Amino acid sequence: MSSVLYDLPGPAARRRAQIGSAVGAVVVAGLLALVLWRLIDRGHFSEQRWEPFADPDTWNAIGEGLVNTIKAAALAIVLSLVTGVLLAAGRLSDRSYVRVPVVTVVEFFRAVPLLMLIFFFFLASPSTLGSYGALVAGLTLYNGAVLAEIFRAGILSVPRGQSEAAYSLGLRKTQVMGQILVPQAVRAMLPALISQCVVVLKDTSLGFIVVYPELVRTGRQIYDSYFNIIPAVIVVTAIYVSMNMSLSWLAGWLERRTRQRSDQPVLSAADVDQGAAV
Amino acid sequence: MEILLDNIGKILEGFQVTLILFAGGTVLALVVGTVLASMRVSPVPPLRLVGATYVNVVRNTPLVLIFIIVVFALPELGIQFSFRLFAILAVGAYTAAFVTEALRSGVNTVQAGQAEAARALGMTFGQTLSHVIMPQAARSVIPPMGSILIALLKNTSVAAGFGVIEATGTLRELGRDFPQALYWLFFGIALGYVVLVLLVSAVFRQLERRLVVVR
Repeated sequence: MSSVLYDLPGPAARRRAQIGSAVGAVVVAGLLALVLWRLIDRGHFSEQRWEPFADPDTWNAIGEGLVNTIKAAALAIVLSLVTGVLLAAGRLSDRSYVRVPVVTVVEFFRAVPLLMLIFFFFLASPSTLGSYGALVAGLTLYNGAVLAEIFRAGILSVPRGQSEAAYSLGLRKTQVMGQILVPQAVRAMLPALISQCVVVLKDTSLGFIVVYPELVRTGRQIYDSYFNIIPAVIVVTAIYVSMNMSLSWLAGWLERRTRQRSDQPVLSAADVDQGAAV
Repeated sequence: MEILLDNIGKILEGFQVTLILFAGGTVLALVVGTVLASMRVSPVPPLRLVGATYVNVVRNTPLVLIFIIVVFALPELGIQFSFRLFAILAVGAYTAAFVTEALRSGVNTVQAGQAEAARALGMTFGQTLSHVIMPQAARSVIPPMGSILIALLKNTSVAAGFGVIEATGTLRELGRDFPQALYWLFFGIALGYVVLVLLVSAVFRQLERRLVVVR
């Protein structure tokens, strides 16, 4: 924590901080109370609006939505891992006739909005792909390009001495890659990969726009039938936040552990976040 | 190809809306992000808590859900704007969380001696932050800020699902009307995005060259 920004508080500063805390707390509580009061005033916390969540059918529907979300995310992650490996291999190639086209493809898919890819696939073949196929195809191409960059950064993060030593022992390029660089890079990349999973999980919600029945769409169905948008939004947000926070925590824990156990380089989860699309 | 050229006016109009959303979202995200980042490093615990909660909740919520909250739940509070303004609010509020995190990590890269010197001169926390720390922190986070704003530019496309016809929405409309020209339309509009992304990154490369502090 950047406690260097302020002195160890003396009595006067402590008093000021306490007053500041009190005022801050009052302002925050006041704002919250204002919002809550307006919501209560409009009956958003009435029993009738929350009642659907006492019904097991509602939770079954939410469960189904969650399963659909995870189904799309899981398939997209697996496919984009494969795409990412292929693209990264192409980008790291020594031959420019392989490298240049691959760089173009990667940069193209990183620059185009994911929703546009999804619309494209959806409009290109609505009958064969459907909303699920279009969603997965879009996610795969976009995240494949992002993962390719992560893989490349991971490979390049391994100290040069490692590949130099391997080459001087007479290993070929594929052997250096497969036996020396990749095993070390995987450990460095693991936190970044998990962070990317969070991004994919969030991005599946774009399926909402092409009417794929994932979690956000389920929430909408609930509030369309019970007119309880506030409770529905609170529940759906809570599900997403708890799911993604646990994954982010796992990524952070892996990163710290890798840092502690070795002097190996680690790609920080934050490196990925910044490239995050949605 | 002809259909793409015939509709170039419509497509450019779409990109105009994209740029409006991008500009509005950028201003909102930078302002809110700076305020929240100051709160996150402040000596007042409730403010720190508010900053941290905002970042953790918003970063882990899908943008689509934030759009739903803004577009459908804010009217329940009696707040009603145009779809365009709602879209700016949604992308701005979402991006603000990422700006906050970037600035906070920037604050941590400023050398301790800078803050100590400022305090030794008798500056208060607010003065230290606004005159000494933040200007240096902002410079050190120019590269990540570029990625964040590029993500913001692409994220404006989500507005297409919420009543705003910007570039991506134009693809959907034209793609429905002229399915035979879908490929041309897709690559035409994609090219527009590629150009915008390249422009933003060129601007940030210039900024970096001019402003970055070398340590």
